[in-house]
Amino acid sequence: MRDLYRFILRNHVIFLFILLEVLCLVFVFNYNNYQKSRFLNSSSRFTGAIYTRYNRISEYFRLSTVNRQLAEENARLRKLAGVPKTARLIPDTLRGIQSTAFQYSYVSAKVVSNTVNRLQNYITLNKGSKDGIKPEMGVISADGVVGMVTNVTPSFSTVMSLLNVRWNLSAKIARNNYFGTLSWDGKDYRKVYLSDIPFHVTLLTGDTVVTSGFSAVFPEGIALGTIEEISKEGGSSFYTIAVKLFLDFKSLSWVEVIENNRKNELDMILKRSSNDEGLD
Amino acid sequence: MTKAWIKYPVMFVAFVLLQVLILNQIHLGGFLNPYIYVLFILLLPISMPRYQVLLLSFLIGMTIDWFSNTLGLHAAASVLIGFVRSPVMALISVREIEQSDYPGLKQTGIKWFLAYVVVLVLIHHFFLFYLEVFSFVGFFRTLLRSIFSTAFSVVVIVLSQYLVFRK
Repeated sequence: MRDLYRFILRNHVIFLFILLEVLCLVFVFNYNNYQKSRFLNSSSRFTGAIYTRYNRISEYFRLSTVNRQLAEENARLRKLAGVPKTARLIPDTLRGIQSTAFQYSYVSAKVVSNTVNRLQNYITLNKGSKDGIKPEMGVISADGVVGMVTNVTPSFSTVMSLLNVRWNLSAKIARNNYFGTLSWDGKDYRKVYLSDIPFHVTLLTGDTVVTSGFSAVFPEGIALGTIEEISKEGGSSFYTIAVKLFLDFKSLSWVEVIENNRKNELDMILKRSSNDEGLD
Repeated sequence: MTKAWIKYPVMFVAFVLLQVLILNQIHLGGFLNPYIYVLFILLLPISMPRYQVLLLSFLIGMTIDWFSNTLGLHAAASVLIGFVRSPVMALISVREIEQSDYPGLKQTGIKWFLAYVVVLVLIHHFFLFYLEVFSFVGFFRTLLRSIFSTAFSVVVIVLSQYLVFRK
């Protein structure tokens, strides 16, 4: 037994090294679980506060870009508001669709930290659960989808960026409504790939790609980008489509978090139906 | 000796802030990511017990991970170079490190320091980038990324030695 102690003591550096390295690798490969934990990510109170303070200084250098973006967004909103109310309503026979206009509400938030150079990029926002933000809410900006909230603290939230190889988004081609999966390959931050579009669909470069609205996270029809390149890969029966994003992730500064007002209702009815099954 | 108690904590905070606030925002062509916080590990006193070097490497790696949402990734690469630090030192040459306890450029000379930095930063970046991708798909892309980022980091580290750590 004493020999064992002596052996460990003599090689304590190697043992400590192996211990720490294994611990790190466990962290790396279980990251998705730890992502749910309340600490050790960029929306924690400490790191969030440091990013906010730094952002307060650095935002002065980007004021002109931010001004331009806000002006463009104002113009877009004014155009929407300028349309007479009656014209905006969808014909009354389609009552189910009519009310979707009130289904979503928006919270604006400021980006305090953002990366585009990793394989898994995350964004930190300066709004949190105090402002009604919850995990799994969608985040958009004037130019398209930004990501999805993964973690919130009282005053900050972490958003999984669209530029994250672990996340896919359901999208469709606006012209003919064929839908597929949008994903990022970890290389160019201006380009994403649309898959699952079969060969019989006619495609044109320049076609607009929009959100499909199949998930409860994003409303239908948010413009994402245009088709840049269409290729057929051998052995596959689907196109590989490169989509150029409208959104420039590098100059992101203000975003909107989407709240789906119907989500609770939807969850409730799903829960109720599953409970009923349980009683039977 | 008391000076080290102030100097290293200050260096720790400075390197972390420099890395997460400024250098993490640099990405030339989505390709070059300099990571110079490793200089903290490289500049620890030569006589420091190796288990302490390992623990401090782990600490700074975890702090960087905490800020960049990459739990364990930087810590794994940092612990690795914390471990190979003293074998690498001995491998390059023992003569220089006997003259001073602080492995800075001024103390050890440009030739020794450059060899020391290049070898360790290369190990760190290779391990980091391949662990991040965790596949050999796009092997050459990751290889190029590691090599160019290493060159970038080494240039920044050597410059910092001339500009900040002059004494």
